[in-house]
Amino acid sequence: MMRGRLATALQAPSVLALGAWMLVPLSMTLFFSFQRYNLLYPERSGLAGFSNYEFFWTDPAFGPALANTLLLVGSLLVVTVVLGLALALLVERAFWGRGVVRVLLVSPFFIMPTVNALVWKNMFMNPVYGLFAVAAGWFGAEPVDWLAEAPLLSLIIMLSWQWTPFAFLIFITALQSLDAEQAEAARVDGAGYWSRFRFLTLPHLARPIAIVVMIQSIFHLSIFAEIFVTTGGGPGYDSTNLAFMIFSQALLQFDAGVASAGGVFAIILANIVAIFLIRMIGRSLVV
Amino acid sequence: MKNNTGKQMLAATVSSLLAIAPVTGAFADLTIATVNNGHMIEMQKLTKHFEDKTGIKVNWVTLEEGVLRQRVTTDISTKGGQFDIMTIGMYEAPIWGAKGWLEELDFGAAYDVDDILPAMRGGLSADGKLYAAPFYGESSMIMYRKDLVDRAGMEMPDNPSWGHVRDVAAAIHNPPNVYGVCLRGKPGWGDNMAFITTVANSFGARWFDEEWKPQLDSPAWNHAVSFYVDLLGTYGPPGSSSNSFNEILALYNEGKCGMWIDATIAASFITDPKQSKVADKIAFAQSPIAVTKRGANWLWAWALAVPAGTKQAADAKRFIEWATSKEYIELVAENNGWGSVPTGTRSSTYANRNFLQAASFADAELKAILSADPSNSTLDPTPYTGVQFASIPEFQAIGVEAGKQMSAALAGNISVEEALANAQNAADREMRKAGYY
Amino acid sequence: MGLVYFFPILWMFLTSLKTELQAIAIPPLLFFEPTFENFTLIQERSDYFKHALNSVATSFGGTAIAMALAIPAAYAMATAPGRWTKDLLLWMLSTKMLPAVGVLMPIYLIVQKLGLLDTRLALAVIFAMVNLPIVVWMLFSYFREIPAEVVEASRIDCRRTRDTIRHVVVPLGWGGIASTALLSVVLCWNEAFWSINLTAADAGTLAALVASFSSPEGLFWAKVSAVSVLACAPIMVLGWFCQKQLVQGLTFGAVK
Repeated sequence: MMRGRLATALQAPSVLALGAWMLVPLSMTLFFSFQRYNLLYPERSGLAGFSNYEFFWTDPAFGPALANTLLLVGSLLVVTVVLGLALALLVERAFWGRGVVRVLLVSPFFIMPTVNALVWKNMFMNPVYGLFAVAAGWFGAEPVDWLAEAPLLSLIIMLSWQWTPFAFLIFITALQSLDAEQAEAARVDGAGYWSRFRFLTLPHLARPIAIVVMIQSIFHLSIFAEIFVTTGGGPGYDSTNLAFMIFSQALLQFDAGVASAGGVFAIILANIVAIFLIRMIGRSLVV
Repeated sequence: MKNNTGKQMLAATVSSLLAIAPVTGAFADLTIATVNNGHMIEMQKLTKHFEDKTGIKVNWVTLEEGVLRQRVTTDISTKGGQFDIMTIGMYEAPIWGAKGWLEELDFGAAYDVDDILPAMRGGLSADGKLYAAPFYGESSMIMYRKDLVDRAGMEMPDNPSWGHVRDVAAAIHNPPNVYGVCLRGKPGWGDNMAFITTVANSFGARWFDEEWKPQLDSPAWNHAVSFYVDLLGTYGPPGSSSNSFNEILALYNEGKCGMWIDATIAASFITDPKQSKVADKIAFAQSPIAVTKRGANWLWAWALAVPAGTKQAADAKRFIEWATSKEYIELVAENNGWGSVPTGTRSSTYANRNFLQAASFADAELKAILSADPSNSTLDPTPYTGVQFASIPEFQAIGVEAGKQMSAALAGNISVEEALANAQNAADREMRKAGYY
Repeated sequence: MGLVYFFPILWMFLTSLKTELQAIAIPPLLFFEPTFENFTLIQERSDYFKHALNSVATSFGGTAIAMALAIPAAYAMATAPGRWTKDLLLWMLSTKMLPAVGVLMPIYLIVQKLGLLDTRLALAVIFAMVNLPIVVWMLFSYFREIPAEVVEASRIDCRRTRDTIRHVVVPLGWGGIASTALLSVVLCWNEAFWSINLTAADAGTLAALVASFSSPEGLFWAKVSAVSVLACAPIMVLGWFCQKQLVQGLTFGAVK
């Protein structure tokens, strides 16, 4: 096998680059998190001890934000994986116009997050002139005030629309490589659709699912553009997540000290989630 | 082909790296950060007149309001030096000016600084020095559907009480065709809190007492917010808790709002037949009052300022002098007609007969602007200036938090008492953190 | 079904062809006389092509940097996993979880001290760093699918590792590399936070262009739809163009 030193040398550039990217800002973040540092008061500096952490920790938004963050990540993972898998299985079979359907299904992934949020908020979810409200009107139903009554659900809808294509793309490519002969043999053996799915397809998809879950959870832990554009974290704290809370500290309130403390919290949370995920799915990923 | 992939990749890498090499621009250019509102877009178009006259080239960075505020605040507080001119609001100008972050603006006699409306000039100055020149200004007022009010057999006096506004809303409320009143509800210190603060002012409330203690738990705030939640909840459109200026504008122009109390600048949009289905059915009145007239309508200006330490301070000031001058207003009038000039800054604009003819809302707007006094905006005395905000750096944080609470109360998730108690706590935390007491 | 899923994009496109008044009509208009005034207005107000060029340069530049760093690393991790490989991978991923806004101040200060504010270089480097963990992960998983015997055999033929990478790993893993690169380009293209905060007049990308049309005072739905169509079209066309190839090339374990 390859000599250890060579392997190290090949990995070194990206490890070093990431190390610099990670350590410099991270150490600065850590440093700021112990400082009094409000952008609007640059002259009021000095050691703050743990007070930034205390302010972040005791912020009434902290509890809801933590819960919302985990809820968002969890439900988005479930929805996108299930939906992506279902779509991939549907589209996998050859039919007329499959290429077009695939293109249509993949497209939302190429839309910018802010645009996605603007489109959904104004053109679909607005209870007066949105398309959903108009559709509700046809059936004589009361229009739903999506962003006020179900802010998290609204966000989940927008985000799943955007991210299901990602899962779909990965799954469909994985399905193409499923050994057709094996599947045929299983069918000849009398295995039904579900048992083939259960014992053949699903194990084959273990690794792609793991990748989708890992990559998506990274992105979903730090959602904020969609929240900023649609609900502004409200009503109350109903759609505030940790990333939005940090954003609001850093760029709405300009308190870099508390925001840095929040950043440290977010990193800790992210690592907990990562370790948890690795435990759950890591085996199919790294083995 | 496969053997070539390596080379192809290398070539792609090299060419991309070349493409991202720093672009070296001419250093004499002015870079201006501004908001993407209509008047600024017009300024961008007309800048060629300035460029032709002076030979100074101007680059624009145009962003939406919230993003712009983040961008310029980050830059000025880190001395980033990205911009020679920043567009800032009446909230930032005095705070930044007092900190020495902005260059003092002092123009020649031809500029006629005394022509600038006193409220605007005062709101953009600190210690008597002007730090930002107003580009356009606004107050708030009632914009109502005269046809609906008449049909309901109601009257709208020029200075109605909140109780009367509620009666009118009830009389014209006819969902889903038209909703009695549309008001801001989206959380944000410049969104729902700007409006709610004017309501609170007119109910006799204030943000802080003379010792800087937050007053959100006072009875006056409770009355004001209870009234607001009840009014908008009963006679407002669904979705109000995520509505701000633009969302309501869309509703209004579609004929869905019977009344709207918001920025006077809206008048120019809703009376424009190209954008509005109800352009010819609108009349104006001054903001409603409850127990006092003070602070019932807000005052805001978008202004141009020069960050301290820019290398092109002289050129930058020349540009500001041009863009906020009487001549500029005339230039816009020449190009687009008097109906589209930037308003709310100069007395001379409102003395111009052409303007008064072109703008049906001119009288109401001027009256609103003249009646707003940032230094005397509450019934009880306060240590701060500002009508719909308190001009201290902490206010943004407090306003953002309070805004979320009010939106939760509006959505019915929590009671008004809870919302105000939470907001009071947040304000208290923030003031303690900043060391006021 | 595909159409239902695509509908929001279609609707955005339709809206971009409406006037502002038509865009907010109740009930929404399905049939109307299309106008291109929004598109001409955008080009009039700001230079679309300059922003598009910046987007192309930073996305592809950032991707190139990330790939150049990641291919050797992922190759080494996949073919010669050591005791620390798993931890290293996890660590790389955790760097990605640092919320961007939390490090805005440090990065802004550093970039400013280097005199690189408002340059495409700074943006490309940051894009590369932001996407590096994901790129390494994706490549790692693709490279692991290349059978060890093939690599082993080739190592005897090509003495130097560089040649192995160039002649064996890259061609065999081409599908994986291409799809990873596409993913990275898409992510860079749609990145809005850094591209708005670190640029001004020169290096603004399409994300910054969108920000300059979204939420002004006044009606803007038709205009913002138009600018969104312009901003998303290139990457979407690229995606469409590539995806057929991708679906074939991306097959896990195709070389088995």
